[in-house]
Amino acid sequence: MSGGFMPRGKEVMATFSGFEADLLRSLASQLVELLRNEVAAPTASNDPLEDLLDFSGPTTEPDDPVLARLFPTAYPEDGEAAGEFRRFTEGTLRDGKARSAVMMIDMLEESGLPKELDEDGLWIDVEMDVPVAQGWMRSFTDIRLALATRLGVVEGDEDYWESLPDDDPRTQVHDIYDWIGYLQETLVRALQGH
Amino acid sequence: MTIVSAPMPTELDQPQSDELTDDLTFVAKPWVTIVWNDPVNLMSYVSYVFECYFGYARKKAEKLMLEVHQDGRSVVSTGSREEMERDVQAMHEYGLWATMQKEDA
Repeated sequence: MSGGFMPRGKEVMATFSGFEADLLRSLASQLVELLRNEVAAPTASNDPLEDLLDFSGPTTEPDDPVLARLFPTAYPEDGEAAGEFRRFTEGTLRDGKARSAVMMIDMLEESGLPKELDEDGLWIDVEMDVPVAQGWMRSFTDIRLALATRLGVVEGDEDYWESLPDDDPRTQVHDIYDWIGYLQETLVRALQGH
Repeated sequence: MTIVSAPMPTELDQPQSDELTDDLTFVAKPWVTIVWNDPVNLMSYVSYVFECYFGYARKKAEKLMLEVHQDGRSVVSTGSREEMERDVQAMHEYGLWATMQKEDA
């Protein structure tokens, strides 16, 4: 397994096996798809003209629980202000998160990950400056939030995941979730060294 | 980006000469950004975000992170409504669960 991220001069670096790099690419691609697929449509008002002219952004919480966690309601006790905030921020946030995930995919491929992984024993070195590393850090967070929401992770439930049989598909997903957490931890530590 | 500015206080029971300063102080600090605990984000990560986004010293960032972890929430910044909207948006960019409200709420 990869040893995670390490500081290197003014940059940070990590080495991934072909399998690990391929897995990261697949998770980042799913995130991009999720961020771009569910239409962030504005809520209809009573004014047809206003509806036609209003393509600025959504005002209600997304239906998908992952998206609802990625874009929380900013004003829990003021629906109108929350809707306005969402209208002005959700589109920008979606674009930023999707861009970071695409950057991760691009860097993995530029560092030698083939479009179709078919060889054993491939190793991918990635080296990045601090702003790019912070983008990876945010994407790791988004991926972990997505996996945790799908799995139903709650505070202090480690024993439950430990108790699941190895062949339970959730065990595998939870292992991936833990692995991204490990990468995140080493990346934060490498960044704090700067 | 501007949304809605903070409401002006309608009345200030202060001497005329201090009115402007009090008015500015009152308007400048009525909102807070709150970060809530979640079972996913790592303590080191949350602390790093407070350090690099707000520019807080590591000690202060860790103290706020521990408040989030132990008390379930922490007020991480205070300022005008526009400033807090920027901070909440930035916290969402980092995947932290943040909300905003008036300071005395």
